[in-house]
Amino acid sequence: MIEKQRILSLLKREPLLKLLEQGRRVDGRAPDQYRPLSIEKRVIKSAEGSALVRLGDTTVLAGAKPKKMPPFPDSPEEGALIVGAELRPLASPTFEPGPPDENSIELARVVDRGLRESKCIDFRELCIEAGKEVWVIYVDVHVLDHGGNLIDASMLASIAALLDMRGPEDPAWKKEFSLKFKPVSVTIAKLGNSLLVDPCLEEEEVMDARLTFCVREDGVISAIQKGGSGYFESGEILRAEELAFACAEKLRRML
Amino acid sequence: MEEKKLLIDGRRLDGRAPNELRPVKLKVGVLKRADGSAYIEMGDNKILVAVYGPQELHPRHQQQPETAVLRCRYNMAPFSVVDRKRPGLDRRSVEISKVVREALEPVLFLNLYPRSVIDLYIEVLQADAGTRVAGVTACSLALADAGIPIRDLVAGVSVGKVDGTLILDLNAEEDQYGEADMPVTMTGRDKRITLLQMDGHLTREEFRRALQLAAEGCERLYELQKQALREKYASAPKEVTG
Repeated sequence: MIEKQRILSLLKREPLLKLLEQGRRVDGRAPDQYRPLSIEKRVIKSAEGSALVRLGDTTVLAGAKPKKMPPFPDSPEEGALIVGAELRPLASPTFEPGPPDENSIELARVVDRGLRESKCIDFRELCIEAGKEVWVIYVDVHVLDHGGNLIDASMLASIAALLDMRGPEDPAWKKEFSLKFKPVSVTIAKLGNSLLVDPCLEEEEVMDARLTFCVREDGVISAIQKGGSGYFESGEILRAEELAFACAEKLRRML
Repeated sequence: MEEKKLLIDGRRLDGRAPNELRPVKLKVGVLKRADGSAYIEMGDNKILVAVYGPQELHPRHQQQPETAVLRCRYNMAPFSVVDRKRPGLDRRSVEISKVVREALEPVLFLNLYPRSVIDLYIEVLQADAGTRVAGVTACSLALADAGIPIRDLVAGVSVGKVDGTLILDLNAEEDQYGEADMPVTMTGRDKRITLLQMDGHLTREEFRRALQLAAEGCERLYELQKQALREKYASAPKEVTG
């Protein structure tokens, strides 16, 4: 089944390349155009923070939950962030039940780095008692419908869930939790000679490679990830970076 | 995190200039049973790589009728780091195995071997930052040693930032206390980028310079790779004829 889909998608590569020669994408977008995006916060009552992101045909739900834990021994005065991602089988015929595979692990780790390295969370604010107890924020990304570009959708859902987060009903939650930055990620697919922002599923299935930039509002890049079996020329990387920065500001305004 | 001075008078704590690689040692064909193998030392990294295949892929339902599958397994020995690493797959090694595979797929002709598998095993025996890129550098030598056709060699190096200065080929200390880590792998002849990751803080301008610095490092490693291959085959025993 999965194999049949893989071959079918390879057959779809040529028509997509033909369209691109005429400057058109399969869904009619311009190369630098994002799909319609909606972000809905506070959708799950049982989570302290939550957000549902719809990006074209992709739907991702993220929940943020703080939990009291002992700190890591190497950072006794700091809380922590733990990101998980699950590609639920209901989201695509290619997702299978079972332990997380390399795709969900990569997704979780890219979102984790994008958030963590942006320093949007001041982990010292999450300390309850040094060496004894801190808040650990769990961000769990649940992919519900796979229409392509799960990284950007998951990153948006995660940051929106964190922005949405209220403290739990617990006197140990002292301060108002606030984010210092709003990092967003922008993924660019390479298909033939074209660079395409926010690839949809059909593009993703036949792309050569992808490149993701996580960027902060002050222009700092906090994470980069290349994926896929193809390569980038260095000129393509610089062009992708331009595209990412041009898009990031628009995405951030949606949060 | 505590402050630590990593650059003093333009020199790094191990005496290197910012754009200087650590000492590199490359050896081709170091294992008897593997179809191809290589060994790399890069600073205090010691990494052994083996290639098996192309061979029939089992279980058979994983076979691809039009192409071979490249499988990659990155593993750190429990004693390779100061705090013993729990043996087995963790999330980090799963991700590294994936990006390393994707760093090498662009140079292979996998469609030559339908229904087969090429297995790549990377064993980190001693870790000193930059293990994934050093692993890729060794892998492409092991693939060549196995006689598997490749378009090009792939070499890799990390670029970091300490005290606001970009540095090439960061070691464990610079990785731990530095402000960024950007592993890059690049093909030798065509300068194509096959692996690119980053975490930390880089401005756009720094990113551009970091990419340039990585390219210079990869170029030097490519020369060392070619030299290692020549050494191996210049010393190969001549076939006895007659």
